[in-house]
Amino acid sequence: MRPPLQRYRNILDFALSSLLRRKGRNLALISVYTLVVFVIASLVFFVQALKHEAHELLVQAPDMVVQRMVAGRHDPVPLAQVEAIRSIRGVDEVQPRLWGYYYDPVFGGNLTVLATEDAALAPDAIWIGEGVARSMRVKEGDLIPLRGYDGQSTLFSIQKVLPETSELVSSDLVLMAPKDVRALFHFPEGLATDLAIQAGNPRELPTIAAKIVELYPDSRPILKSEILRTYEAVFDWRGGLMVVVLGSAVLSFIIFAWDKATGLSAEERKEIGVLKSLGWESADVLLLKFWEGTVISVTAFLTGVLLAYAHVFFFSASLFEHALKGWSVLFPHFRLSPALDGYQLTVLFFLTVLPYTAATLVPSWRAATVDPDAAMRS
Amino acid sequence: MIELSQVVKTFEAGLATPFTAVDGVTLSIPAARLTVLKGPSGSGKTTLLTLIGCMARPTSGRIHLHGLAADALPHLAPAEALEITSLPERFLTAIRRRTFGFIFQQFNLVRGISVLENVMLPTYPTGEDHRAVEARAVARLESLGLARHLRSSVDRLSGGEAQRVAIARALINDPAVIIADEPTAHLDSRLSEDFMGLMSQFKDAGKTLLITSHDPIVYDSALADLVVEMRDGRVVSET
Ligand SMILES: Nc1ncnc2c1ncn2[C@@H]1O[C@H](COP(=O)(O)OP(=O)(O)O)[C@@H](O)[C@H]1O
Ligand SMILES: [Mg+2]
Repeated sequence: MRPPLQRYRNILDFALSSLLRRKGRNLALISVYTLVVFVIASLVFFVQALKHEAHELLVQAPDMVVQRMVAGRHDPVPLAQVEAIRSIRGVDEVQPRLWGYYYDPVFGGNLTVLATEDAALAPDAIWIGEGVARSMRVKEGDLIPLRGYDGQSTLFSIQKVLPETSELVSSDLVLMAPKDVRALFHFPEGLATDLAIQAGNPRELPTIAAKIVELYPDSRPILKSEILRTYEAVFDWRGGLMVVVLGSAVLSFIIFAWDKATGLSAEERKEIGVLKSLGWESADVLLLKFWEGTVISVTAFLTGVLLAYAHVFFFSASLFEHALKGWSVLFPHFRLSPALDGYQLTVLFFLTVLPYTAATLVPSWRAATVDPDAAMRS
Repeated sequence: MIELSQVVKTFEAGLATPFTAVDGVTLSIPAARLTVLKGPSGSGKTTLLTLIGCMARPTSGRIHLHGLAADALPHLAPAEALEITSLPERFLTAIRRRTFGFIFQQFNLVRGISVLENVMLPTYPTGEDHRAVEARAVARLESLGLARHLRSSVDRLSGGEAQRVAIARALINDPAVIIADEPTAHLDSRLSEDFMGLMSQFKDAGKTLLITSHDPIVYDSALADLVVEMRDGRVVSET
């Protein structure tokens, strides 16, 4: 008998004009709500993006890296070890890696200089990551000077700017010929920074590692799976911290929303009394309050999420820079690539919309049960 | 016809001593006539209106609607008389919506929204077609001389205009009974006469009118078919 759709629309219309009537109060509510969503969403996006970056980084990492330790510190590895390790059963390939960090005093940033045997690299030329090109404001064909260990600058021509796959993987990378790396850093012949090892069967890696330590007691094999675990532990620890932050944000928001929403002013009471005296049922008033709450929470949710997205992915989470500076040890510089999934958004939605809805449930119910004769009394 | 027998309303909630505002009222309100409830302030007139208008339930006593509720409750058998004090809330709402049109003492317009929206408000929960309702509301407002104010916010209306908006709202569902609580309390005598003019039109159209007032313009009017005088919650005279 009652066409339901039109009823929903009529009451939604009225809810919208109701919200507009109390502009000041509702704008304040939406602003605070948006801020809460923004903070929580930023944290969630940020952690998610870091996980994504770390994953990208690790996908390309070798199964195992062997370092040499001298006096508890990382020291170059003699190339003589390559053959001996290659002959261990289960080892597919041993690749000596030659790399180091180059601090650029002009731009104040660290670059990762890595030797490559790629035959396509021209003599005296380098390949650079997009981040390097960006921060140095150089392009293909330009010449850049790099200061060697002795303070002498060497000119390199930029042959290629590497396409960006993941920000962290290639962004701060400078690829050059092994002899140039040795010259730049005064890195002795016959030594490598570390050894990258691939195994045919990853399950044999612990055995291989044990054999390497047996062979060279001063070596330290690092398994990819260990790195993964470390990352995960760090993320989880940070994640735990965030849960605390998140929890308190949600809590303070509930208190705020409670305060804002429970206050059923005398005028509102009377208005609801009027509606009921005009033939609105409790269910209609509830629907009205439901629409009001939904409009507020959906507006705040969408705005907060969009702002957080821009903050994390376009402005590199600049507001968290200080709080989360520790990350820069792991990731020298970054602009995060967008990584989002439906699960995150769903969790976010429930973390923010549900508490608000719960906080407004009781007052809505109280509003709905106002007696119609409240309209008669002033 | 509306029939009240031994209707009592006692307020207790939040009071140190219970207060009986309506004390054993027995009364017949004839259909298609103008009935005036008069009496000093505090004599229980407004309370009696809330009981008749299904806005509150009496503490004891019975109220029968004769041949009035068929519109509101078409799924009930069209009984001769409907006893409303024992009906579930949802039926009372339906009766309020379809059978009664209220004109409140303070007009009770919803502030911040337009005149037109105010008039359409009672129809929102019915899910009736928006455009049909709007056409009806516009026609009502025009016939009450409010054509210029359709889109104005109700906050800017004068007292007489606000009352006519309230009247248009009371009429939007074409109720059989119009209830007005102290309708001339905020009007000067000229506007009060205008109001009585409107009431006479409605009476001619066959509406049952129930008005409380302590204004002689209302209770001494030739239109008044029945004047019920109340004091301390009781009926003291009927003329
Ligand atoms: N909700 C209520 N609680 C307690 N007392 C009430 C309530 N409503 C009305 N009264 C009392 O009932 C009496 C009658 O009120 P009312 O019906 O408004 O009289 P009238 O409309 O004739 O001026 C008054 O004394 C008033 O204070
Ligand atoms: Mg009164």
